[in-house]
Amino acid sequence: MQIALEARNLVKRYPGVVAVDGVSFKVTEGTCFGLLGPNGAGKTTTVEIIEGVTPATAGEVYYFGELAGRRFREEAGIQFQNTALQDFLTVRETLEMFQKLYDRHADLERIIEDCSLGELLNRDNRKLSGGQRQRLFLAVALVNEPRLVFLDEPTTGLDPQARRNFWTLVRRIKANGTTIILTTHYMDEAHVLCDEIAIMDAGKIIASGAPDELLRSRYEGLVIELPLEDLSRDLDGIDHVVYENQGIVEIMSTDVSSSLEALAPRVQNLNRIKIRQPNLEDLFLDLTGHSLRS
Amino acid sequence: MLKRIYAVFLARNREFVRDRGTLAWNILMPVILVFGLAFVFGGEGRSQYTVGVLQSSSEIDAADHPFLESRYIDFVPVTDETDGFRKVERHRLDLLVRFGDERRYWVNPESPTGYFAERLLLQSDAEVGGQMQKAQISGDPIRYVDWVLPGILGMNMMFSCLFGVGYVVVRYRKNGFLKRLRATPLRPAEFIVAQVASRLVLVLIVTTFVYLATHVILDTRMDGSYLTLLLVTVVGCISMVSLGLLIAARVTSEELAGGLLNMISWPMMILSGVWFSLEGAGPAVQGLANIFPLTHILDSARAVMLDGATLLDIAPSMIMLTLLSLAFLALGAFYFRWGPD
Repeated sequence: MQIALEARNLVKRYPGVVAVDGVSFKVTEGTCFGLLGPNGAGKTTTVEIIEGVTPATAGEVYYFGELAGRRFREEAGIQFQNTALQDFLTVRETLEMFQKLYDRHADLERIIEDCSLGELLNRDNRKLSGGQRQRLFLAVALVNEPRLVFLDEPTTGLDPQARRNFWTLVRRIKANGTTIILTTHYMDEAHVLCDEIAIMDAGKIIASGAPDELLRSRYEGLVIELPLEDLSRDLDGIDHVVYENQGIVEIMSTDVSSSLEALAPRVQNLNRIKIRQPNLEDLFLDLTGHSLRS
Repeated sequence: MLKRIYAVFLARNREFVRDRGTLAWNILMPVILVFGLAFVFGGEGRSQYTVGVLQSSSEIDAADHPFLESRYIDFVPVTDETDGFRKVERHRLDLLVRFGDERRYWVNPESPTGYFAERLLLQSDAEVGGQMQKAQISGDPIRYVDWVLPGILGMNMMFSCLFGVGYVVVRYRKNGFLKRLRATPLRPAEFIVAQVASRLVLVLIVTTFVYLATHVILDTRMDGSYLTLLLVTVVGCISMVSLGLLIAARVTSEELAGGLLNMISWPMMILSGVWFSLEGAGPAVQGLANIFPLTHILDSARAVMLDGATLLDIAPSMIMLTLLSLAFLALGAFYFRWGPD
């Protein structure tokens, strides 16, 4: 597989702020690459530099081995986090307008079907719900049969059902061999959709790799969760990594049986204990220390 | 309730003060307006009428007749009789007078200002024995509506092109639509050409419709070629849209864009001869008027409609409009930015 996209040492400075601070990564063709991080981490700025809509202070972007330029614009599809469309156009007119801007054309009817826009085609694009609008933005990003698609926070503001529907759509795009760059602050979304991820914080990449590999390399064992209010005594003597996050105590344990034995005398209600696999949320909290560490 | 009003009041004021372009504009606008109007209409107060004095010399001697001592009338020396008649016909002079041995005056019977200027002349003349003879200008008099129609169509075209393109492009930039387009293979020049073409078609349809309706209902004068008039409209429209694009090339605030567009459009409306002729105005004012596209559009349209001018006759104005368009488009494309960055 070729390297579809490479970002080399991207920097973006605003007066008094370094929004992107030396970001580099490579994306293999046909994979889904996730750029993760909290709001304000620099994900959108990084992606907009790559897309060519925000000039970088320093750094280069390579598309299939050459500096991103005309070919990149022709072959990339972009779904912005927030954007405006031409007013007073219907959904179909909007799609047709954007399609005419490219030499490459996808089958519009297939996109309409894939994005479930069939019943909305004659509706004014300003009169769509949040989920419908996101589907239209995605459809606009696909009109040129892109080899590379950028999805910037595509499910922000959507309800759980709409999010899951969107994931199905993204999987379908990926199944066609399209490379995807996804930015999101939903760690579960990244885990489900991405082959590789890079976690950003304060403008820098602080970890990267395949999600499961990252977790395996960092964690051995499982996470035991219990509500803080159920603890009758402190956790002194519990020989495991412990976090407290929004009223939930998380214990990283390599030996769940012995951990539960040690916990039992200190917990009022054992029925509320949960045991789960470590996830990217744990990794992020672990890496950034944004949670209270006990 | 007051707390809520105060919160919104404070937020809006902060927005206004921190938008430096708009703030600067709001301070500069009245200053520019006051000094601009003082420059254009400076002197002893704005004259109400313009009277041509037919004579061989270029200096007017107020001792020739008491009428020449009247205040608030611009007296313009006219050395060529035919030229003087033409200006009266075309409402560029309210009255043409000749003193000396054969005292005569010429007035366009269709001119309201000519009527009042004539009253003033006859009143003054009565003081010295009433010797002025009224003379006829041969041919059909040109009505004020014939003269003002190109002005109104030109003004409508100007506002449609400047605001319809300039203001809209700023709105596109502000709401992120330009950013969305930037992520496509669309080039700035292609975007600009599309904007020019879109507005051109729209303005041509509207202007043609209004012109034809007026022409049919009011039987307005048309001595020249419709094709030449269409060419004037096309070239004029392109120059106006180009100017709008230049103004909108980088601006991100609708308030600032509105201010800048008004700063351009209002002087054009006043100095380009939409409602009244600037005959008799100082050379500096006329020079300023000549850099405005609207002046050349109206001069050309009136020449075609009222004088039957050919394309060759209006070639200097057409060339000027083309040069202005090229300059506006080149600068607009050079300064154009998709986003605020």
